Amino acid sequence: MSLIIEVQAPGLLTTVQDLGREGFGPRGVSPSGAADPVALRLGNRLVGNPDGAAALEMTLLGGTFVFPEGAIIALTGADFGATLDDAAIPQWTSVDARARQTLRTGATRSGARCYLCVAGKIEENPFLGSASTHLLSGLGGHQGRALRKGDLLKIGNVNPPFRERTPFRKRTIVANALQHLRPRKVLRVTTGPQHESFTDAAQNIFHAATYRVAEESNRMGLRLEGAPLPVDERGEMITEGVSLGAVQITPAGLPIILFVEQQTTGGYPKIANVISADFSSLGQLRPRDEIRFEPVDWESARVLLLEQETLLASDELIV
Amino acid sequence: MLISSVAGARFVRSSDQSLLVYFDQPDKNRPKHLPLQGKSLVEANENVRRLLQLLDSQPIAGVRNLHPAYCSVLVKFDALQWRHEEMEEKLREYLQRLHEVPLPEPRLLEIPVCYGEELGPDLQDVAATHGITSEQVIQLHTSTTYLVYFLGFVPGFAYLGELPEALVTPRHATPRRKVPAGSVGIAGNQTGVYPCETPGGWRLLGRTPLAMFRPEQDGLSLLAIGDRVRFKAISREQFAAQQFEARLNA
Repeated sequence: MSLIIEVQAPGLLTTVQDLGREGFGPRGVSPSGAADPVALRLGNRLVGNPDGAAALEMTLLGGTFVFPEGAIIALTGADFGATLDDAAIPQWTSVDARARQTLRTGATRSGARCYLCVAGKIEENPFLGSASTHLLSGLGGHQGRALRKGDLLKIGNVNPPFRERTPFRKRTIVANALQHLRPRKVLRVTTGPQHESFTDAAQNIFHAATYRVAEESNRMGLRLEGAPLPVDERGEMITEGVSLGAVQITPAGLPIILFVEQQTTGGYPKIANVISADFSSLGQLRPRDEIRFEPVDWESARVLLLEQETLLASDELIV
Repeated sequence: MLISSVAGARFVRSSDQSLLVYFDQPDKNRPKHLPLQGKSLVEANENVRRLLQLLDSQPIAGVRNLHPAYCSVLVKFDALQWRHEEMEEKLREYLQRLHEVPLPEPRLLEIPVCYGEELGPDLQDVAATHGITSEQVIQLHTSTTYLVYFLGFVPGFAYLGELPEALVTPRHATPRRKVPAGSVGIAGNQTGVYPCETPGGWRLLGRTPLAMFRPEQDGLSLLAIGDRVRFKAISREQFAAQQFEARLNA
């Protein structure tokens, strides 16, 4: 018999996400996937899943979930003040939810997204090899949409069945690893493919400015508010492929950071690109958060990613 | 050095895990800020399709995604496995062999469109802008065989060109918050069909009853890169009937 999760309250925007579907750019389909992939990966490690197993991504305000047959769970990412049958449970730690226990999560106390990982993963039919919800096209995940009250989610088979795995051993992510991986508000960037089309004055403003994350930000892109950059008004550039984390400047002179459910091509010039090591930080930005950009060179971007991956691969990450 | 030139292409770093390959060699007759168009754009796009085809038949391990466009391909790679300069060198080998890649005989597809009224809310304005009638706009839009330069933006969106000179119109300064699926629009010298409801700034001439994004099909879309496309005007009644049929099949 497979285990299930009953969705009693979905929260503001809760979707099934894994690490996304790469390789469909030639069809205009972006990868989607977890907005904070580091939090997803660590949550899956805590419950004994492969890194890319599907889990629930909650946004700003979490949901209420019941486990009729119980489940091993872990909450990672932002702190949504989770309780299990009204007793507070820790973040970044595996928890043994007993049959009929209720997990409640509330409004965020830190970042934007909290992940609920379950041993055995959330079982959904993959679309193009991934269980990630792609909201724009209404595909993947749970019926291609955000969760609703009353949804029943299937938990995949755990081998061996977890109830026979005795005793349950609590696992937790070590504190100084979390310290290294904590989301940043100063995003490190490399130069964008059109950075030379911006004047020195524009680039100076860009690197000195504090921007505010706008309300209309979502998984497709983060819109920023702040001092507009002077832009070159000589015609539009020809549409080209755009990368995850690209910082494009609109004709109004304001940045948009392309995010996991990004358009695959675009026609705005890109002044910079957030480095891969800081993608997870993007996933934890909330509307009205204030951020800055810090330029780094190509080698630093590579070293920072390598360091992050080395930390994630370390045996001493989990106790 | 971020830019280098080899085999008629240039490379620009897009992010710490991606590289743009451009086939738009500077032309002394073309001011730097004006994009390619006409014959040179079609030729550049043929190279885009050849590179895509070559990378599809002989994939490079660690290349994770490709985003083709008019005259460029964005190559996304595993940054733990490849440095930009190594990927560039690898891609150069592919570029040397581009001329050996035969492009398939293009398919010709016809897309029925019901023009005007609430299905094409910008038809009259476009006509007025160019000092012609709505009928002339429809006549011009349906008289050209377009090339599918690439699929991009959102799943199933095909960038078609080039629009007849007399229809070239800038996009709306402020995009609409919601453009219905199937809307047929124009922007600059391009035309295309919105596959799903999205925000959009293109000027809407009409709507097709056909589903553009087809997740159940192999190619995922009605149109594929390199296809040729013609639009055909249909009546309100034909639109309703075909839309009914399309929904039955969906």
